[in-house]
Amino acid sequence: MKLSQLVPGKCGVIKNVGGEDTLRHHLLDMGLTPGTRILVRKTAPLGDPLELNLRGYELTLRRDDAEKVELEQPDDPYSCRACSAAACPYCKGSAR
Amino acid sequence: MKRIVALVGNQNCGKTSLFNQLTGSQQHVGNFPGVTVERKSGFIKQSFIQPEASNEKNLTIEVVDLPGIYSLSPYTPEEIVTRDFLMKDKPDAILNIIDSTNIERNLYLTLQLEELGIPMVLALNMMDEVTAAGNSVDVLKLEENMQLAAVPISAIKGDGISELVQRLMDIAVNKKKPAGIDFCDIGPVHQAIHSMTHLIADHCEARGLPARYCATKLIEGDKIILEELGLNENEHDILGHITTEMERDAGTDSAAAIADMRYAYIAKVTSDCVHRVGETIEQKRSTKIDAVLTSKYLAIPIFLGIMSLIFYFTFGLIGKWLSDLFGAGLERITGIIDRALTAYGLASTAHSLIVDGLCTGIGSVLSFMPTILVLFFFLAMLEDTGYMARVAFVMDSALRKIGLSGKSFVPMLIGFGCSVPAVMSTRTLSSRRDKKMTIFIIPFMSCSAKLPVFSLFSMVFFPEHAALVMVCLYVGGFVMAVISALLLKNTAFKGKPVPFVLELPAYRMPSLKNMWLSTWEKAKDFLRKAFTIILTATLVIWFLQHFDTRLNLVDDMSKSMLASLGSLIAPVFYPLGFRDWRLATALVAGLTAKEAVVSTLAVLCGATGAGLSAVLRTMLTPASAVSFLVFTLLYMPCVAAFAAVRREIGNKDAVSAMTFATGIAWITALIVYHIAVLF
Repeated sequence: MKLSQLVPGKCGVIKNVGGEDTLRHHLLDMGLTPGTRILVRKTAPLGDPLELNLRGYELTLRRDDAEKVELEQPDDPYSCRACSAAACPYCKGSAR
Repeated sequence: MKRIVALVGNQNCGKTSLFNQLTGSQQHVGNFPGVTVERKSGFIKQSFIQPEASNEKNLTIEVVDLPGIYSLSPYTPEEIVTRDFLMKDKPDAILNIIDSTNIERNLYLTLQLEELGIPMVLALNMMDEVTAAGNSVDVLKLEENMQLAAVPISAIKGDGISELVQRLMDIAVNKKKPAGIDFCDIGPVHQAIHSMTHLIADHCEARGLPARYCATKLIEGDKIILEELGLNENEHDILGHITTEMERDAGTDSAAAIADMRYAYIAKVTSDCVHRVGETIEQKRSTKIDAVLTSKYLAIPIFLGIMSLIFYFTFGLIGKWLSDLFGAGLERITGIIDRALTAYGLASTAHSLIVDGLCTGIGSVLSFMPTILVLFFFLAMLEDTGYMARVAFVMDSALRKIGLSGKSFVPMLIGFGCSVPAVMSTRTLSSRRDKKMTIFIIPFMSCSAKLPVFSLFSMVFFPEHAALVMVCLYVGGFVMAVISALLLKNTAFKGKPVPFVLELPAYRMPSLKNMWLSTWEKAKDFLRKAFTIILTATLVIWFLQHFDTRLNLVDDMSKSMLASLGSLIAPVFYPLGFRDWRLATALVAGLTAKEAVVSTLAVLCGATGAGLSAVLRTMLTPASAVSFLVFTLLYMPCVAAFAAVRREIGNKDAVSAMTFATGIAWITALIVYHIAVLF
């Protein structure tokens, strides 16, 4: 599953980051490393880009670039708001 | 003794606030050699420096404010400038400021900076927000884990600054280098780093480069470092071998492995010394504010509302008041000079040079000041609150279609007010390609100085549809900007757009002092850079207006060199339908300022008001009037704008931009004229 396919309000865990060199490096530098939990907070009014929440900060990424980020295949992407749900399998409520 | 300290940190971490706290208003702004990345420096206020604390006499500390970056990779001009400065200029110390509410990502840069082996202090900014949320950072433990001196501060409130300076002085003067962190318990990557460090140690020493830093960068695949080291073929092979082996053991490629190693180390550090209960008050508040400001239906209307308000203040309320005040003051001074010179009995030519040339020139430079001051104050407010990043987020999708990113939207919009601040505001664009392209299309946004031209011609030729004509011109300019952008995107600016990866910082109350300093800096910069160009241009036009080709002083402008020049270039406009030399002359005069088109026509026709209208009707048909308006709308902006463009993208590109605009203007006017003739 790709990051761009995640609907707003759902979060997932990054499996790997693809894309050409510059983009890929940039994404890794910004903390999109494998194993990181990432939440899609919303999409911009015109449908693109996405607003994401990871490592405690907000980041925007275009859909095309988000397509390069592969997520772990969850059975059911967990719905959470900035991951404050104690039952979230990814952060187990630690972000609260 | 002078010490140099580099101020380094992520974007939005409060770097500028800290810089302002440290240096006060004694700042020097320039450019890094070869690139248009801004280089700001200043001296730490002597009140912070206690001489008895160090053994050095006359200690001064210069702080160089480096651009906000997230990593020391070689991908953006900002990153490259920072790397070059740190490695080649070798500052005495690094002052690394981090946003403590977002400690994980900020420490990523810190880990890379430490590898440089330069004495370093960590400023933990926004600590007040951390504690207010009930979170805490164990500073002593953090110092121990990161092997660095760390000082909690609040740059906005000014807390902890003098302690920070004390630690900084101690470290800079005594050259206390960071001990360096080993990632030994973090898996296979550290082995590769160790082998690599050994491999390149001699090369690094010979070139004065930090070996540890170069080693990690080589593993990351950094081509610039690779070239600089000049490894032989054998070493190249070993390098490849080390990397492949590591990739095999780590189960991932080297770039990801290194990033992962750094973040894994940071996770270990933060789990040890950061106690986090939840989001800070500011972060929670930002989510709520964004629920409105970037919401699906309200985002764009609110943004347009905010911009209209800023325009109203800048060009209406405050701007007009300031302009009038400035204008009245200048008029008085000119009047006094005028009378004094008359009383003195100065020769009429010299008199005219001073009053009509010099005073007008200085006046026209200063006439931009109110606009720049007011507009940039508001832009600083949008930037410092964090709203500017949201504008880029909201508008990106639309601008992407024309090959730009959301960050270009505000400069384009400002173009409707005045091209000068519009061009200056492109400085926030990180990609040079985007910046150039935005500057190329800004002149098509019809600036407020063209309004008198439009209103005169539409009242004369289309009295019943004047408003409609004006609207069409504004929309037409915007449409031409879009068409030009598409044209440029597929030709001159084919290059890949820089990935749009943008942080949305938490909304914060801006500080008045920071906004004022940033505004004043822009105004000063404009004065310094544009003064000579605008003054020279005004003097040249004055000279052309007052002398004929045989250098005789003329009373009648129609006999002047400017008129001759107008007649000379008038044939260029024949295909566009306007044949009168006076129109060509007015367009040339319009290069000093677009309002001058109307005033020059009035002088040349020897008539104003209804008289001028009558003369204009004899010069132009409605079709050629449309063509003239289209040309005026699109041709190169005034010299002040040229000066600003030159400042931002250099002489060569500035000339291309002007040629491009004028070329587009000519072709469009030609097409429009031939269509208009059909009706």
